[in-house]
Amino acid sequence: MNITKQTEEALEGLDLPPNRRYQSRNFYALGLVLWLFDRTLDTTIKWATDRFKRNPEILEANLRALKAGYAFGETTEMFHVRYEVPPAKVQPGLYRHISGNEATALGFLAASVLSGLPLVYASYPITPASDILHELSKLKAFGVKTIQAEDEIAAMCMAIGAAYAGHLGLTGTSGPGLALKSEALNLAVMAELPVVVIDVQRAGPSTGMPTKTEQADLLQAMFGRNGDSPVAVVAPATPSDCFTMAIEAFRIALKYMVPVVFLSEGYLANGSEPWRIPSLDELPRIEWHYAAERTDGADGKFNPYQRDPVTLARPWAVPGQRGLQHRIGGLEKSGETGDISYDPGNHHRMTLARKAKVERIVQDIPPASVEGPEEGDLLVVGWGGTYGAISTAAENARKAGKSVAHLHLRYLNPMPANVGEILKRYRKVLVPELNTGQLCLLLRAKYLVDAIPFNKIAGQPFKIAEIEAKIDEVLGLRGPYELEFGPASVLGGG
Amino acid sequence: MSTTSAKPAAIVGEELPVLTRKDFVSDQEVRWCPGCGDYAILAQMQKMLPELRIPRENIVFISGIGCSSRFPYYVETFGFHTIHGRAPAIATGVKTARPELTVFVVTGDGDGLSIGGNHLLHVMRRNVDVTIVLFNNRIYGLTKGQYSPTSEFGKITKSSPFGTTERPLNPIKIALAAGATFVARSVDRDTKHLEEMLYLAATHKGVSFVEVFQNCNIFNDGAFAAFAEKEVRQDRMLYLEHGKPLRFGKERQHGIRLNGFKPEIVENAQSDEGLWVHDAKSASIAAAMALAEMDYPEYPVPVGVFRDVDAPTYEELVAKQIEDARARGEPDFAAVLQGPETWQVE
Repeated sequence: MNITKQTEEALEGLDLPPNRRYQSRNFYALGLVLWLFDRTLDTTIKWATDRFKRNPEILEANLRALKAGYAFGETTEMFHVRYEVPPAKVQPGLYRHISGNEATALGFLAASVLSGLPLVYASYPITPASDILHELSKLKAFGVKTIQAEDEIAAMCMAIGAAYAGHLGLTGTSGPGLALKSEALNLAVMAELPVVVIDVQRAGPSTGMPTKTEQADLLQAMFGRNGDSPVAVVAPATPSDCFTMAIEAFRIALKYMVPVVFLSEGYLANGSEPWRIPSLDELPRIEWHYAAERTDGADGKFNPYQRDPVTLARPWAVPGQRGLQHRIGGLEKSGETGDISYDPGNHHRMTLARKAKVERIVQDIPPASVEGPEEGDLLVVGWGGTYGAISTAAENARKAGKSVAHLHLRYLNPMPANVGEILKRYRKVLVPELNTGQLCLLLRAKYLVDAIPFNKIAGQPFKIAEIEAKIDEVLGLRGPYELEFGPASVLGGG
Repeated sequence: MSTTSAKPAAIVGEELPVLTRKDFVSDQEVRWCPGCGDYAILAQMQKMLPELRIPRENIVFISGIGCSSRFPYYVETFGFHTIHGRAPAIATGVKTARPELTVFVVTGDGDGLSIGGNHLLHVMRRNVDVTIVLFNNRIYGLTKGQYSPTSEFGKITKSSPFGTTERPLNPIKIALAAGATFVARSVDRDTKHLEEMLYLAATHKGVSFVEVFQNCNIFNDGAFAAFAEKEVRQDRMLYLEHGKPLRFGKERQHGIRLNGFKPEIVENAQSDEGLWVHDAKSASIAAAMALAEMDYPEYPVPVGVFRDVDAPTYEELVAKQIEDARARGEPDFAAVLQGPETWQVE
């Protein structure tokens, strides 16, 4: 069918320049699709009326094209099939559509509301993370302060400054920006400050493919800094999960006085899904406290590295707190006094303490649970935005009578306490990732499990069929499976 | 130049502590080379801080990396010894979050103008209310003697055995060009003048930039001796005073006048007529730039306040937007979560 011509015909009589008419053909096509799937026009009309309120001529053209497309579907005999999508069975409640970046911004706002601490978001514009800056910069009434920094490094440093001053320090970027932030992030590791870094991952290396998705910054987040430099890492699984994990990021950062990297992805950031809006009392508590002030005139030296015995967190002593003047920084400090120390034993102990502190977060995160059988032939392990594809592929496999479970990790450092034990309950472990095998490497190293990598580095999410085919291969139900992009022979090695 | 006239009478209030220099001395052993100019700057700072009548816990010293950046360890306030060149950005974060704090940034010619040049520009452009003290010794000291971005052209150092092939930056010109609202210069050895500049900088609302000529007696000894030594400084330095004609010399007998954009020395100027009158409050930076270009031996080296103007601070404007947003309506978390469109599932 000639949509351009039909649109132009539908708009005849409108006072529009001839070259403007065909531009409404997207609305014509949309009207037709809405008819095809038996969907109402109301939502689109409402949206368009708002979107084009300043251009009544264009609004009229678009709505007329929309309705004409719908009417074409209804009157023509071209289509013999019409699809009906029944409403999904979901938890009752109030719903909205939300994208990953919107959910990220609202999640960090929620962290501010739940903690009662003002949020400072410093960021340098970068695809695909900029929307988070746009969203947060609208929320001034909540006391959210946004800074468009002069560069990625400055943005990280400003977040550190805010955390040092006792507020929620947050920065956001994508992969190349995380590389630039790594030195300052390491200062936050050394100074043990509760900052959170959002990395909305995109295809790399270098500038890579800014608008395409990838999951290839996991190892950068884990290890991309000089020295032994552990940080906590969390990763949302769906667009709306960005909300939950944003709150988790600050809950962990504040309780353990530790930097947290929040690994989102282009696919999550720009993807959207229906989200049941939570009420405030459903959300977790965020515990934090500043160091105890010393107003009694006690003259004993304040040690900024006096650790909590349970969390190993150091006290958050912020400027303005009487009697707590102290000096911190990037140089190694004595765990006993907080003074600069080059003592060999002290550096050994402090390095292990920073590591142990991150490991102890495990006591504060929920155990992992699998979808599917508790034990069996195959466990598919994923993280991040591959949740939907893996979950559906594994479910389809189970419907076909195969013994396949799905474990999706949202806490990557530390991983939940029961991960090692779960991995042992399946004969095989498959790890699909949009990288060359980064989670797989971590699982193999940490749990000595013979995990099988399945990797796609195409700037696109997995298709369900790709994971299904790989599952069948691993279960011995088919021969070797290769992605359509071709086998490794492209490298020329034969 | 009077060294006390600019200071207000001590504010008396029961909440304000009466502190002395000793209160600002930390328990840390000072580890600069004996004879380093940094000691003089530290001493003047510790002497000046009590005059601010600000509780110690409300003061934060933030530094980067280099000899000068060890400064926060020695001051009994909050201190953050950060990473190379980034102190202005960290200070911006601190002040944005907590505008009520008094924040100093201590940096050097390498830290502030080389690795951290970008952040220095932007903290000044934004007019964040911090006091930046840049110790300019025209050399890399901590790394033991390489040339810096302020080293003079052709300078022979460990990393330039045949002389540098780079032209130096002029910190005052950088500060003026970036829009700093307070720009001053002093010398480590002129302690009274230095203390006054630190005080004026600390009490200026908005960003303050103070360049301090600082002698590195190990790697660049005598860099400023030709004009800054006590015996010659009256003749070879020009003490700037707002609203006064430019005069120098032991008896202030010489003057400066402008010929077009070019300053000219008027030896033994009998009258002030025709002399260049210093205007630190000018909205234009043109005259201050011309002053900043004056250098020894062609001219006496200007020290003092080049520029001192009022402008809203960054953190003030940020806070104002929040205030305005709240005036338009109380924040409604539930409404924000709901967004533009919702539907109910039964």
